[in-house]
Amino acid sequence: MENIAEYLKEERSQPWRDELRKSMKAKERTSLERIHMPEQDPEERSHNYLEVNLGLTEEQALVESHRCLDCPDPTCITGCPVGINIPKFIKKIEAKDYLGAAVVLKETNALPAVCGRVCPQEVQCEANCFYTVKLKKTPVAIGNLERFAADYERNSGKISVPEISEQNSIKVAVIGSGPAGLAASGDLAKFGYDVTVFEALHEIGGVLKYGIPEYRLPNEVIDVEIESLRKMGVKFRTNFVVGKTASVDDLRKEGFEAFFVGSGAGLPRFMGIPGENHIGIYSSNEYLTRINLMHAADPDYDTPILRGKTVAVIGGGNTAMDSVRTAKRMGAERAILVYRRSEKEMPARIEEVKHAKEEGIEFLTLHNPLEYFADEQGRVNRMKLQVMELGEPDASGRRRPVPVKGSEFDIDVDLVVVAIGVSPNPLIPHALPGLEMSKWGTIVVNKDTMQSSIPDLFAGGDIVRGGATVILAMGDGRKAAAGMHKYLQEKVKSR
Amino acid sequence: MNKIVEKEFFSENVCKFIIEAPDIAKSRKPGNFVIIRLDEKGERIPLTIASSDEGKGTITLVVQRVGVTTAKLLSMEAGENIHDVVGPLGKATHIENVGTVLCAGGGVGVAPLLPIVEGFKKAGNKVVTVLAARTKDLVILEEQMRAFSDEVIVMTDDGSYGKKGLVTAGMEEVIQREKVNLSVVIGPAIMMKFAALTTQKYNIPTIASLNTIMVDGTGMCGACRVSVGGKTRFVCIDGPEFDAHQVNFDEMLQRLGSYKKEEAEAYERYLKTVQ
Repeated sequence: MENIAEYLKEERSQPWRDELRKSMKAKERTSLERIHMPEQDPEERSHNYLEVNLGLTEEQALVESHRCLDCPDPTCITGCPVGINIPKFIKKIEAKDYLGAAVVLKETNALPAVCGRVCPQEVQCEANCFYTVKLKKTPVAIGNLERFAADYERNSGKISVPEISEQNSIKVAVIGSGPAGLAASGDLAKFGYDVTVFEALHEIGGVLKYGIPEYRLPNEVIDVEIESLRKMGVKFRTNFVVGKTASVDDLRKEGFEAFFVGSGAGLPRFMGIPGENHIGIYSSNEYLTRINLMHAADPDYDTPILRGKTVAVIGGGNTAMDSVRTAKRMGAERAILVYRRSEKEMPARIEEVKHAKEEGIEFLTLHNPLEYFADEQGRVNRMKLQVMELGEPDASGRRRPVPVKGSEFDIDVDLVVVAIGVSPNPLIPHALPGLEMSKWGTIVVNKDTMQSSIPDLFAGGDIVRGGATVILAMGDGRKAAAGMHKYLQEKVKSR
Repeated sequence: MNKIVEKEFFSENVCKFIIEAPDIAKSRKPGNFVIIRLDEKGERIPLTIASSDEGKGTITLVVQRVGVTTAKLLSMEAGENIHDVVGPLGKATHIENVGTVLCAGGGVGVAPLLPIVEGFKKAGNKVVTVLAARTKDLVILEEQMRAFSDEVIVMTDDGSYGKKGLVTAGMEEVIQREKVNLSVVIGPAIMMKFAALTTQKYNIPTIASLNTIMVDGTGMCGACRVSVGGKTRFVCIDGPEFDAHQVNFDEMLQRLGSYKKEEAEAYERYLKTVQ
């Protein structure tokens, strides 16, 4: 950690940084108001799949970058799971070296355009910004600036490829091409390894492609970042299920010397209430996959999707928000979010909640479904709800929802999306009987190296955490890449 | 991309495809399935593997025309490519020597039944196979089945070949005359439902291989969920084979019809484009 502090100090004392700091008084900087991210009109956007956030203009980004004080102790970095040198990239923007800012981002982040869009900055870097902590003001818009720099680079066509150490021709396998796998493969390629990513689906990107809707994260943005990884020498094999198409042992025989498992969250959870298997009741994974990955909303594509006039989405997380906002875009007259706690306890990002409300999503908080009913064809047409109230705090520290007796009532619905979480994907654990697992079905790893009970196998992301964010998965991927590097270097030495 | 190496029509609506898929040919076991997507705009559909040739690196699928995707596939020729083939998926059939195994296949369900019949025979069981179809032309793989069965009984609804009657009549005949230790049934959901009811009367352990709607096929989406013994299970990773006496076939039948309207409309549109 000391080394990092030293490094940051050295970087900060570069003449160009000194000069910039002196170019404007701190007081002037702190007197600037945070620039609001321009957004598509709510009514208009609730009928299209175009991005909601439009991105900062160059002028806006420049103003916002002046707010950053380039602190001697940049606490913002401590809030970043992948350790981006935040002041440096922001100062590059202030110096109008936008491509340089993108290079700084890519030093530690394989997917800056993705993170600039979907990271919960308000609980990470921005929560640890000097403005938030000491000045009690709105933080520097770090996420919006990250997105600006990454988008600027992409639109310029001058996309930088991170420097790669000399190739060592040691083969490593990355299982799963979601955020954890992509972050790991970026770092492993930088270390000089011969990286192959194995993906079960027909497209690269994992949850970034099948889960997060295009109006939050356009596929094109992901594809450009994947292309950068290809340029770094990372190979991708789609339609390949490790543990099925070939076993880890088969891959060892093919010469792979270490493995990173980022197979993600699998099994959707259901509540186990009567009628949950009626037609028209989807898991959020299925609903979003049909629309995002399979393009079911586009009549040119073959995958079908059921539409509803009144759609109820069960849950209060980001996936629930994605589902309910998607339902609105799919033409629902009423798109209702049903959540058993109050809005305060919702795990979804504040921005998502705000956007959802602007788009006319109805919030039925402190309600819980008890049963679903169907017509003669088996299609859901009604649900029984119960009113809840908040009791004592539970293990998560949030107040536990308690049913209010005699409060049950029915509402008509013709589509339901259950977004109450997922269990880890069981495919890899099933295929590796010796692997130490937790009672929740996640892979047990050393927290510093991400190494599992099988020495050449490392893991990260939802398969270890059970359910988390894109950026935490990416942080795991980076940590695992470092762990694998150390493991492989020692292995090579002992040969 | 996976090349179609050979194509052979069994009947107007049923066709055998031999497809290049070397990794799958090597690792697949009886009971496994693949998910295919014909082209970039295609949907993902599951198909159970009928056989494979590891040396040639190919797998065999038997496909029935039921909707747009299967109709498109049946119009493809040898030499053309299927955009995506992934597998082998699902759990393999648990094969052991139990004594006498009664295998019953209906329609194209006979194709995935073939490797299971072969497996049980090679494990030392006596295998009696009942093949059922609507009419003579739709009876498939009879010769191959005979090669691995001690006896094959053919049933047709119209009596145009073999015996007249449903699959359950053929099964009853065997059960009445000898001790059956295990039954395996594969076919349309409605056929499996009644086959399961038949063996349940005699307390014969029975396995059914379910072919539900799927998207990813790796346990992620939950489209394939069925109720087995009152619990929700996922066909793609918990199955495709389950204790037939525990499966809620009525619910499964209903869920199979989830997109009936959408599928019919899509098929209409498709027919217009090919005419």
